[in-house]
Amino acid sequence: MKANSERIVITGVGLTAPNGNCLAEFRANLLSGVSGVRPYNIRYFGDTHAGVCTFDPQKYQKRKEVRIGTRAGSISVYCANEALADAGLRMADLDPARVGVFVGITEHGNVETENEIFELAKYNYDVKYWTHHHNARTVANSPAGEVTINLGITGPHYTVGAACAAGNLGCVNGLQQLLLGEVDLAIAGGVSESIHTFGIFAAFASQNALASHVDSTKASRPFDKARNGIVVSEGGALFTLERLDRALARGAKIYGEITGYCYNSDATDMVLPNPERQAECMLRAIARAGLEPKDIDLVNTHATGTPAGDVMECRALRQVFGDAIERVYVNNTKSFIGHCMGAAGALELAGNLPSFTDGIIHPTMNVDDLEPDCALPRLLIGAPQRVDKVDTMLNNSFGMVGINCVLIVSRCRP
Amino acid sequence: MTRAEIGEAIVEIIEDIVPDEDCSKLNPDEALREQLELDSMDFLDIVMELRKKYGVEVPEADYPKLATLNSCIEYLTPQLASK
Repeated sequence: MKANSERIVITGVGLTAPNGNCLAEFRANLLSGVSGVRPYNIRYFGDTHAGVCTFDPQKYQKRKEVRIGTRAGSISVYCANEALADAGLRMADLDPARVGVFVGITEHGNVETENEIFELAKYNYDVKYWTHHHNARTVANSPAGEVTINLGITGPHYTVGAACAAGNLGCVNGLQQLLLGEVDLAIAGGVSESIHTFGIFAAFASQNALASHVDSTKASRPFDKARNGIVVSEGGALFTLERLDRALARGAKIYGEITGYCYNSDATDMVLPNPERQAECMLRAIARAGLEPKDIDLVNTHATGTPAGDVMECRALRQVFGDAIERVYVNNTKSFIGHCMGAAGALELAGNLPSFTDGIIHPTMNVDDLEPDCALPRLLIGAPQRVDKVDTMLNNSFGMVGINCVLIVSRCRP
Repeated sequence: MTRAEIGEAIVEIIEDIVPDEDCSKLNPDEALREQLELDSMDFLDIVMELRKKYGVEVPEADYPKLATLNSCIEYLTPQLASK
């Protein structure tokens, strides 16, 4: 049994999702089938679908901070402030040198670069019109650094570049920094500003991997036969992570304990996933938690709605769970909000944490005609379900260039 | 542009650069940085906006001449009078 000082718990959640700007709103919409995907238009690319967040940046930032900073920074600042408030923590009561910020990102700087080149075109590409803000906005630590400036945090900050596994890997980094004793409070998770770059839409379209549908709310449809690609979304979810002893000492609300994790590499392809490595990642995460696959109650899938990716993840799940696949509930959050890229893992975990207390599992939406290869026995489709128990959940996140990150989060039993 | 118009143009730029500040009651003879939360990066933005909007070049050696609203007007009048 680990000492409480070696156990890391989630004590606060700050998020913005395309269908909710706090956990209560997000969860309510996941349980009532409300999509956050809407029609979207972006320069050069034109009409498409996207998950768009509606939080008010000025809730925590001055207008000048918003002007100078980045969208990813604003999302991070919003989520960090919300997480602290949710955790009942105030910076004034904390040692700012013992707080760290660890933010997963899929990519950073594309938005600013595209914007600036768009501006530069008005001046015949004369680079004397290029903004001096470009470097500060595009350095890779920028989204996390903006949080430290906003909150006066003087401990470590960095971003974790991990494609679409970044949200989970951000949490792992927070956990590790706590275990290393580098910080006493980690603000960790992931963010994405990706919908503000035409490049991501155009690249997925060129790859034949961008979702299309007459109804935006039905465009993100993992596990459905008619799925045809990814809905690009923005969003963020940052958690306050603390050692259990400290959380108990201050009487903190505890959402769950990160009992296991694993991150590995496919080492096979720039784009295509590798179910063998995915399965290995899941098994190692479960083992690190001191559990077996049969102990997992809920799997929140990564599935993005691409024809190949969803099938491969289901194949990996069957390999990992064996006979236990009959009893594990499986759901998918992207069907509601699209793919929030660097935020995906953290946001999807946040949306499922309430299952520990309400005993309900949110479903997967938009499955009208289930893909036979994705027909896992307890894939929850259409309507939420109250279940006997949710004590442990497994959260999958996989990203391009072959990066996988799996979290195991358990009901905390001090 | 008249001196008054140049003054209005400068204030308009500053309002965009520091949108949280009240620029309606600036003392034209007092240093802008004494009255507004303006840092050196903001001055670079002001210089950039003058370049983008009015084609005016302000060499770094001349930055001190942008200290007050009136000194800005003084400095920019020769370049903007014909615009």
